[in-house]
Amino acid sequence: MPVTEIRIAGFGGQGVILSAIVIGKAVSIFEGAHATMTQSFGPEARGGACSAQVVLSDRPINYPYVTRPDVLVVMSQEAYSRFTPELKDGGILIVEEELVRISGLRSGIRVYSVPATRLAEELGRRMVLNVVMVGFFAAVTGLVSADALRQAVADSVPPATRELNRRAFDKGYEYGLAKAGAPIEEYDPAPMEVE
Amino acid sequence: MQADPRGVLTGIHFIDGDHACCEGALAAGARFAAGYPITPSTEVVERFAARIPTVGGIFIQMEDELAASITIQGAVWGGAKAFTVTSGPGFSLMMEHIGYAAMTETPCVFVNVQRGGPSTGLPTLPAQADMMQARWGSHGDYEIIALSPNSPQECFDLTVRAFNLSEEYRTPVMFMMDECVGHMTEKVVIPPAEQVEVYPRRHTRRAPGAYKPYEPEADLVPEMVHAGEGYRFHITGLTHDEWGYPNMNVATQDRLVRRLQQKIRAAEDRLTMVDEHGLEDAEVVVVSYGITSRVAERAIEMARQRGVKAGRCRLIGVWPFPDRHLKALAARVKAFVVPEINLGQIAREGERAAGGAARTIPVTHAGGGVHRPQDILEAIMEAAR
Repeated sequence: MPVTEIRIAGFGGQGVILSAIVIGKAVSIFEGAHATMTQSFGPEARGGACSAQVVLSDRPINYPYVTRPDVLVVMSQEAYSRFTPELKDGGILIVEEELVRISGLRSGIRVYSVPATRLAEELGRRMVLNVVMVGFFAAVTGLVSADALRQAVADSVPPATRELNRRAFDKGYEYGLAKAGAPIEEYDPAPMEVE
Repeated sequence: MQADPRGVLTGIHFIDGDHACCEGALAAGARFAAGYPITPSTEVVERFAARIPTVGGIFIQMEDELAASITIQGAVWGGAKAFTVTSGPGFSLMMEHIGYAAMTETPCVFVNVQRGGPSTGLPTLPAQADMMQARWGSHGDYEIIALSPNSPQECFDLTVRAFNLSEEYRTPVMFMMDECVGHMTEKVVIPPAEQVEVYPRRHTRRAPGAYKPYEPEADLVPEMVHAGEGYRFHITGLTHDEWGYPNMNVATQDRLVRRLQQKIRAAEDRLTMVDEHGLEDAEVVVVSYGITSRVAERAIEMARQRGVKAGRCRLIGVWPFPDRHLKALAARVKAFVVPEINLGQIAREGERAAGGAARTIPVTHAGGGVHRPQDILEAIMEAAR
C-alpha cells in the first residue's frame, strides 16, 4: 500500500476516534503493514468538533500527519465545510447522508453517501454508527480487507457488544458493496479548477 | 533482572504514547504512582489507575502536583518503584521536589507530556519547551537524565529504560514526551516478561551498623535501604555527610554536590543515546528529538532528493547532553540544523557542543503544532550553501 491518508471527522460522541483506531489496528496488526493515528478534539466530551487522522503505508511512517487526505469521511456539516477543501483531487469523500448536505463541492471527487446513523438505529443501537461507517468505508474504498477490519472491530469493542458490532460492520459493508461501483453524482459541481 | 510478569502486558497493541508509557512503567516494576491528572498526560495515570488493582500496587490522585511529586519519593523509600505524570503547569509545581529527589538520590521517574506554555498556555496542543526546565528547573547544581521518545513504541521501551537509569544512577529521570507522541496511536509490541530487563534497587548487603546511607560505591552511587528493615538512616534535603546527617560546611557541600554531578557526568558516554542515519557523507546534520524528529525526517528526505547530503542525529537521551558526541560530529560536518518546538533551547546546547567547528541553525516553533517540513528543508538548504 502506498502512503494513504485518511481523515474521519464529525462531532464528539459519534465514535470518530474508535473508527480510526479500528482502521489503524486492522492495517498495522492484522494486515502487517503500518498505520499511525492522530486525533484532535475540543475540550468538550460530547458535541464538539472531533477529527481523527490515519496514515497507512507499507513502509514505516515518519511524518504522522494528514495534509491532503486520499479519503475523507465526514459525519457532520461542520466537518464537511472544514475538511473538504483539503481532500486530494480524485479523492474519495464519504458522507453521513442525513447529517451532511453536499454543496459547493469541486469536481473530480468521488462521493459515497450512507445513512449510517439510521442503519445503526435499525440494529437497535445508534452508537454503532461508527462501525457501520467503517464497514461502508471498507466496501467503497477497498483499501483494507474486510476480514482484517472485522478482527479489529472485535478486538476494539467490549466483549458484550461484539456481536452487535459485527452486525453493524456487515450492515455498512453490504450497503457499501451495493454502491461501490456507483459514486453519487447528484451534487452541483463547482467550476473545474485550473491545474 | 527480568521483569515481574504481572506488570508486563505481552502482546501486540494499537495504543497511544500515553498508554504505552503507562505499560512501560508497569513493565519496569512501578507499583506506585501519584498524580494530579492534567492534559495531555491524563491517559497515563488513567490507565495506571485502571490497571494497578490487577497488577498489585497503588495509585493516589493527590491534591496537587507538589504532593504528588513528594509522595512518590516516600513510596520509593518504602521500597516501591514509583513515578508521577504531568504536563508543563504541573511540572513547574514539581520543581522543588525534583531537587529533593536529586539531593536525596531518590530513584524515581517524572513523566512530562509537554504542551504549549508558558503558564496554562495551550492545554491540548504540543510543545517541547520544557527541555531546559527539565535540566535546570530546580535550584542548585545537580545533573539530570532526560529521555525523549518519538513513537508509542519508544514510549514503552524508553519508560522501562528511564526507570532502569533512575535505579542505576539513583537520580530522578525526566521522561520528556510531547502531546503529539502522547496522543499518537501506533502498533506497540510488548515482549514477554523474560525479555524485559529491569534494573533492581541498589539495596545494600551490609548489615545495619556497617552501612552508611550516603557512602558512594566506585561509580559514585551509594546503596539504598528501605524504611522498616532495621537500618538507621536519615534523609534530608540539607547538605549531608555519608551518614545522611546535616553537615553544612563548605567541604561537605563540595564533596556532595560534585559527586551528584559527577556520578552522571562521568557516565556521559554510556548515557549518550542517539539514533543516526546518513551521516557517512553528511554535510548537514539535523539534530532533533521527540515528535520533531519525525517531521525532520521528511525534510531530510526532501533535501536528499535535491542533492544535499543531509543526515539525522536524533537525541533519544537529551540530558546529560551528548557533548563529546556532538563535538566529534561537528568536526566533520558543515552545520547542525536544530528544529524543535520551542525558541531554541537545545539548539544553543548544540552550538555550545560544536564549539564553532560547525554552524548551528535553529528552526524554532512557539508551540501548538509541528513544523512544516518545508521550514526545516529551507534551513537545511541554507546550511548546505
